[in-house]
Amino acid sequence: MRRLLFLFLGLLSIPAFAHKPSDSYLKIALEGSTVQGQWDIALRDLDNALGLDANGDGAITWGELRRRHREIAAYAFSHLTITGKGETCAPRVREHLVDHHTDGAYAVLRFEALCPKPPERLGISYRLFFDLDPQHKGLLNLSHGGQTHSAIFSADQDTQVIEFLGVNRTKQFLAYGWEGTWHISIGYDHILFLLSLLLPAVLKREGNRWRALASFREASIDVLKIVTAFTVAHSITLSLAALEVIALPSRWVESAIAASVVLAALNNLYPLVFGRRWVVAFVFGLAHGLGFANVLTDLGLPKGSLLLSLVGFNLGVEVGQLVIVSVFLPFAYRLRDSWSYQGVILRFGSALIALLACVWLVERSLGLSFS
Amino acid sequence: MRTAVRGRRAPSRPIRRGLAIIGFAIICSVRVGAAPFIPDRDEQVLEHIPTRLNATLLELRALRVRLAQQPSNLSLATQLARGYIEIGRAELDPRFFGYAQAALKPWWGLPSPPPEVLVLRAILKQHGHDFASALDDLEALLQQNPRHAQAWLTSAVILQVQGDHRQALAHCASLIYLPGSYFLGTACLGKSLSLSGQADKAYDLLRELLASKPDAPERERLWALTVLAEAAARLGWSKQAELYFQQALSLGLRDGYLLMAFADFLLDEDQPARVAKLLIKETRVDGLLLRLAIAEKRLGSSGDEHVASLKGRFAASRLRGDKVHLGDEARFTLHLLDDPPTALKLALANWEVQREPRDARIVLEAALAARDPAVAKPVLEMLNQSALEDVRLAALAARLKPVRQ
Repeated sequence: MRRLLFLFLGLLSIPAFAHKPSDSYLKIALEGSTVQGQWDIALRDLDNALGLDANGDGAITWGELRRRHREIAAYAFSHLTITGKGETCAPRVREHLVDHHTDGAYAVLRFEALCPKPPERLGISYRLFFDLDPQHKGLLNLSHGGQTHSAIFSADQDTQVIEFLGVNRTKQFLAYGWEGTWHISIGYDHILFLLSLLLPAVLKREGNRWRALASFREASIDVLKIVTAFTVAHSITLSLAALEVIALPSRWVESAIAASVVLAALNNLYPLVFGRRWVVAFVFGLAHGLGFANVLTDLGLPKGSLLLSLVGFNLGVEVGQLVIVSVFLPFAYRLRDSWSYQGVILRFGSALIALLACVWLVERSLGLSFS
Repeated sequence: MRTAVRGRRAPSRPIRRGLAIIGFAIICSVRVGAAPFIPDRDEQVLEHIPTRLNATLLELRALRVRLAQQPSNLSLATQLARGYIEIGRAELDPRFFGYAQAALKPWWGLPSPPPEVLVLRAILKQHGHDFASALDDLEALLQQNPRHAQAWLTSAVILQVQGDHRQALAHCASLIYLPGSYFLGTACLGKSLSLSGQADKAYDLLRELLASKPDAPERERLWALTVLAEAAARLGWSKQAELYFQQALSLGLRDGYLLMAFADFLLDEDQPARVAKLLIKETRVDGLLLRLAIAEKRLGSSGDEHVASLKGRFAASRLRGDKVHLGDEARFTLHLLDDPPTALKLALANWEVQREPRDARIVLEAALAARDPAVAKPVLEMLNQSALEDVRLAALAARLKPVRQ
């Protein structure tokens, strides 16, 4: 009893503070069917399990640790199982290193594990030290496709199953869709090109004069033709470029885009093509598609879900386009008969667009910067 | 304009945000100056294990091997668990409590394990701040054996930490009449009295106890002296507090709580230089490192490395879901990170678990710093109810009251 009371007294005096408890850090990155891992295990814990201090001098040296590497790897990996699609991903230690964490030195095991097939979910069963120290925890950090998951292994929960693709695919799709919308909303050259083609859509040409269209339907059909042609064209080149079928230097592409804006705007001042503006939309739309592809390349396309991201991005662009058209059309239709629309907005606006696009054209083709 | 025109040349905002997040995550995951490496020489020392433990650890390892052969051998298991708990206490290292728990594995999950296991399980649960569950175990034990001194003492201490001094007093009193427990029972009583409006009486009681029992075991005297010194400090009697802290230290026993309490006292007395000297070698123990870092900050000497180390340890403790550190983390966040709102949240979460004067104080300090006196109300009310006499808490409460009106 005396002994117990003695023991207890110390405990009651240290309610809150102590060393950091025992943790290991397991970092895993999954790419395709390969798992790249790094596992940091405290030397103190390994010493408790395997007895590292060979000469018993109270110091664990690199030599003492090095001579036990094989044994440590065997011990560690007999307490860790990684499975993909129900099959074990066999681990192989690549490197043994050392690191210092806030509470002392850790053995660092860098390893690689090959799964039979690229897994959609990874099952990890972690049993290290639980038999010796039920308060030990394994802190997992898993990254896959730009996403990271963290989880904690404990004696009560020694298995974690982490699913990626289901959730990720939707997220990825939406993320790329958002990028597409975002890009068109800040890509003034695309907007101005489209607007230049759409400005006359609520009008018709009679001799050398503009006249207001009588019906909304007529105007809508014209808009629809232009937007569809533009969409089809840029979808084609966007896909071809993203799939690496065609590749053009971005300087050419950007210059062609600027030129397209100049021509589309000038066409409103000196109409050459009127009824078939959708053809213009299609031809230059091909160049704009290559421009979108450059953005997509910079974003980086995930290898596993290329098509999904491509479609997401393209749909995002269409959504942005739709917003522009749905704001523009009612507004233009209402004002179409006024002097301000035909005189100020159409002529002056087109002139301004042409001028701005000329500046872009020079900048981009010569690699200069005026603004 | 230019960057807006070409989304391609400058990454668009969501991408920039994404990059910033990734960059931040990378920075966070990389610890200061740390990267895995391969040491140059075989002789390079990577880790120290206190040599004073060598013999004991070897002995326990042998015991563990024997236990592995007969895992249901109760006396072997409790002997091993007790051995590990003792080391854990001396080294302030929770790993050993885990080892102790492993030894008790066959009985750990049982609803009613044998009494020898029950008491050890309660002690280990108390250490993990699982107070409610520890009290359940102790109550079960006391129902089986009302003369179990250890059970009375452990539950009294938990009740004191929870701020339930009326019940704690009853538990201490039960202890006094058990054979061989007079000294501890009286010290226990003194502690509860000093925290519940009878500080003068407690002070005299403890002094008389120490004077009348000079031959009490040193560990027990150390505890009584620490309780006495803290009681004097709360009353504002600095000279006496210093005297009893020094007497406790002069016993020459290693005791983390004593170091912590003395450091807190010295910080209150505005003597950070003495704290730095006292704790300079205690950097492995989180609570002591915290006090050292606070002292270094007050001295204007660079304690950046210690602050970074504490940050890492608190982050790790949060990762593994521990709540043991909340009070210290609140103090760290307030005094070393200067983030009163976060500190206040932590302090309040800690207050849900622990209600010692130290825990009340960090709530009041954080509430003042965060200019959010309303949230301190439950703490002030409880201090009123318990009639706790503490000059520093009273000063803080007085500063909070005008803010409230």
